[in-house]
Amino acid sequence: MDGTILEMRNITKSFPGVKALDNVNLSIRRGEIHALVGENGAGKSTLMNVLSGTYPHGSYTGQIVFEGKECAFREIADSERIGIVIIHQELALIPYLSIGENIFLRNERARNMVIDWDRTYKEAAALLELVGLRQNAQTPIKDIGVGQQQLVEIAKALSRNVRLLILDEPTASLNEDDSEHLLKLLLDLKSKGITSILISHKLHEIEEVADTITILRDGSTIETLVKGEDDIGENRIIKGMVGRELVDRFPPRERAIGSVTFEVRNWCAYSPINPNHQVAKDINFKVHKGEVVGLAGLMGAGRTELAMSIFGRSYGDRISGTVLKDGETADLSTVRRAVDCGVSYATEDRKTAGLNLIGDIKENITIADLKKVSRHWVIDRDHEAKVAEGYRERLNIRSPSILQKTGNLSGGNQQKVVLSKWIFTEPDLLILDEPTRGIDVGAKFEIYSIINQLVKEGKSVIFISSELEEILGMSDRIYVMNEGRIVGEFAREEATQEGIMTCIMKSSGERGNGKR
Amino acid sequence: MESVKFIFRNNLKQYAMLIALVVIMGFFQFTTGGILLVPMNVTNLVLQNAYVFILAIGMTLCIVAGGNIDLSVGSLVAFIGAFSGILIVDYKMNTGLGIVLALVAGLVVGIWQGYWIAFVRIPAFIVTLAGMLIFRGLTIFMLKGLTIGPFPDAFQKISSGFMPDFLHMPGLNLNIAAIVAGAIVALLYAIAVISRRVMRRRNGFENSTFPLFLAQVIAVCFTILLIAFWLSKYKGLPIIFIIIGVLVYAYTFFTTRTVPGRYFYAMGGNEKAARLSGINTNRILFAAYVNMGVLSAIAGVAFASRLNAATPTAGQGFELDAIAACFIGGASAYGGIGTVIGGIIGALVMGVLNNGMSIMGVGSDVQQIVKGLVLLAAVAFDVVSKKRA
Repeated sequence: MDGTILEMRNITKSFPGVKALDNVNLSIRRGEIHALVGENGAGKSTLMNVLSGTYPHGSYTGQIVFEGKECAFREIADSERIGIVIIHQELALIPYLSIGENIFLRNERARNMVIDWDRTYKEAAALLELVGLRQNAQTPIKDIGVGQQQLVEIAKALSRNVRLLILDEPTASLNEDDSEHLLKLLLDLKSKGITSILISHKLHEIEEVADTITILRDGSTIETLVKGEDDIGENRIIKGMVGRELVDRFPPRERAIGSVTFEVRNWCAYSPINPNHQVAKDINFKVHKGEVVGLAGLMGAGRTELAMSIFGRSYGDRISGTVLKDGETADLSTVRRAVDCGVSYATEDRKTAGLNLIGDIKENITIADLKKVSRHWVIDRDHEAKVAEGYRERLNIRSPSILQKTGNLSGGNQQKVVLSKWIFTEPDLLILDEPTRGIDVGAKFEIYSIINQLVKEGKSVIFISSELEEILGMSDRIYVMNEGRIVGEFAREEATQEGIMTCIMKSSGERGNGKR
Repeated sequence: MESVKFIFRNNLKQYAMLIALVVIMGFFQFTTGGILLVPMNVTNLVLQNAYVFILAIGMTLCIVAGGNIDLSVGSLVAFIGAFSGILIVDYKMNTGLGIVLALVAGLVVGIWQGYWIAFVRIPAFIVTLAGMLIFRGLTIFMLKGLTIGPFPDAFQKISSGFMPDFLHMPGLNLNIAAIVAGAIVALLYAIAVISRRVMRRRNGFENSTFPLFLAQVIAVCFTILLIAFWLSKYKGLPIIFIIIGVLVYAYTFFTTRTVPGRYFYAMGGNEKAARLSGINTNRILFAAYVNMGVLSAIAGVAFASRLNAATPTAGQGFELDAIAACFIGGASAYGGIGTVIGGIIGALVMGVLNNGMSIMGVGSDVQQIVKGLVLLAAVAFDVVSKKRA
C-alpha cells in the first residue's frame, strides 16, 4: 500500500435521471502527477467533487481510501483537514481582500481570534516566493491577473499542508507564459513530494508533466496510461477520450476567398478603468469575403478589447478610427447598429456575457434580433419556436427541447447556443472570441465545422483564440497582436507556432529596449 | 405528456401558490363560518386590495428587470392622493382633468426616479428610499398635515362604483350585466385558446392532448363565470375590478408576447449579455420605473377615491405589500423571473390573509406575524425546490 496515496473504488454517483459515474476506479501513486482527462460531461468534475466531499458520503456508493484509511467526508472541510485540496476552475478568492488575507482565509494566523498581521504577511510572502509569484502580499486580489490568482490559490493550498492537490483546468484561462510557469511549479511541488491530480483539456500540457493518465468517458474509467510504458501522445489520448480516432482535428474546407469586405483603419481605444492605458494602438486590418482571419496573441494582448471596441463600442473609452464595409464607412457605434451593418461578436465569456442562463434556448437564440420573429413588436411564438428548433437541429444542440434553460447545458452546447444567436443575426462578419474555450474535443470539431459552413456561405469570420494550434488549423490568414498592436501578419502557408511566438516575443523585446 | 410535465415543473411555484391560495381560502371559509366567500365579502376583497393588485403589476416589472424594488410607491400613493385632492377638491377642477393631471404627476415622478436609477445608476433601493421620504414629506407639506375631502361623486365611483346593470330584470336579485360580461370574457378566452391550438397544429407543433385541453378550457371558463355570477349576486362588477382586469391582461400580454417585454427578462437574466445583444438596458430600467410611477398614480387615485379623502398617512406600508405579493407569486429577487399573474396571485394571498384574519377578529399584531411567515415560507419553498431540481 505504500506506493498508493489515494484509491477510489467502484464509485457510482447518480443524479436524477443520469448516472454521472458508473463504477469508477482511480488509483493515485504517492508523489506523481496524475492527469484526469475526458470530454466534458465524462464525469471528471463529479469524481473530484465526490473526492473532496462536495457530494457528501452517502450520496454516492463506493470507497475512498486515502493513506490507507477509508474516508467518509461530509463536507469539503473534512477532506481539507487531511490534506486534500481542490482548486476549481472558477477561483474562490475574495477580490477586495489582500493576497495574504486570502491565503489564510479560514486558517487565519491569529491568537485568541485577533489576527497577527505581521505573521500573516511574513508567512504569505514566504509562500508567494515558493510559488514564484512576485507580488506584495498586501495587494488586493482584484489587482492581479488570473494567472497570478491561480498561484495564490496554490499558495493557499500549501499553507494548509496539502498532500494531494487537485487542479481543475488550471490553465484554461491562462496565457502560454503563465501556463508554462504553473506547470513548472507543479513539477517543482512534485519534487517536494506533493501529489497532484491535474484535470485539463490541453493535452500537450499533460504530455509534458503527467506521470500517469486516467481517461474517463461517459462516467466510466476507460483506461490508465503510464508514462514510459504506454504511448501518451495526444492522438492516443484523444482516441481514448472519444472512443474513436480523430483523423483530422480540423475539418477540411474548400477555400473561396473573395475581395475585401471589411477594413478597419487607425483604430485606437483606451481602457475605461485606466485612462492612460491604450488597449488598441493604431490598428489596421482587412477581412476578405469567405475568409477566416485568425487573431493570435497572449492573454492581455488586447484582442478581446479590440473586438469589443469595434462591436458597438462595447468596451473602451476615447475610441477613434474608421470601419469600412465594402469600401464605405460603416457606423458601428452601438451594438444595434453593428448588427444592422452585418457585424456580430460572440463573446469569450459565454456564462457572464453571452447567455441568459435562466432563460431557455429559444429566448437566447432570438434575443439579438428579436424583431425578425415579430410583427409590430409582438413576438410570433410559432415563428420563434421554428427558428430555434431549426438551429437546435442544424448546430446539433443536445437538449430535450428548445425550452431547456441554457444554464443546464454543457459548455459545448452553451457555445452552440451562443453561435446560433449570432448566426441568426445573419452577419457578414462574425467575430468569434475563444469559441472553443473549455469545451471538449468532439464539440470543438463541431464548432470548427460550423465555422467552415459559415465561410462557405460567403460570410467572413475573425477567429480569436489563445490556442495557437487551432488558430493555425482554422485560419486563412493570421494577425498577431501584442500589447495593443498588430505586430505581424502571416499567410496560412507560412505560419507556424514558432513563427508566431517569435513574432510576439520579438515585439515585446523591441519596445522594452526602446524604453531603456 | 412530457411537455406538460416540463411546463408544470417550470411553473411549479405558481401552481403551488395557486394551490396554496385555494387552501388558504378554504381555511378561512371554514374558520369564518362561510363569511369569507359571501358575495359581499368577495366584492370587498377586490375593493380593499385594488391598490396592491395595481402596484404588484408595476413592481413585477421592476423586479424582473433586475431584482430591483421600489420603496417609494406607498408615499407616492399618498402624494398623488394629495395632489388630486388639492386639484379636485380645493381648486374644484374637473374630475377627469384632475385624474389625468394626477397620472401625469405619477409619470413625472417616475421619470425623476428612473433617471437616477437607470442613467446615473444609483441603486434603486437608495433612490426609492429617498423617494419614500421625499414624497411623504411633500404630501404632508401640501396637505399641511390635514385631510382633504370629500371628493365629487364621479371620483368616488372609481373605487366604489359598479358597472350599471343595463339589463336589469325586475324581480331577479342578480346583476345580469355582470353575468353577460363574464360570459363574453369566457367566450373570448375560449376563442383565443382554440384558435391558438388550431394555429399551432397548422404550424406543425405538438399540442397537449385534447381531453387535457378541454379540461383546461372548461376549468378556466367555469372560474370566470363563477366569479361573474358571484359578484352579480351582490352589486355586480366593481369599476375598479374592470380596471384591474384590463391592466392584468395588458401587462401579461406586454411581458409575455412583445419584444420590449422580452427585453425585461433578458436584462434581468443577464444584463451584460443583454447589452451585448444590442438591448439598451438603461432604457429598459428607466421604463420600469416610469411605468411604476404611472401605476402608483393609478393606485393613488384609486385609494383616494376609496377613502374619499386625501390624507397624509395614506399608503403607508403599501410598498411592502406589493413587494411581498411579487415574491410570494414567484418572482426572483435576482431578477429575470416573475410574472404579472404571479404577482396578482401573491396579492390575493395577502388580501385573503388580511381579510380572513380580520373577520376572525385576529389582531393586527398577529396578522403581521402571519404575513411575514407566509412571505418567508413562500420564498423558502422556491429556493429549496430550485436546489433540488
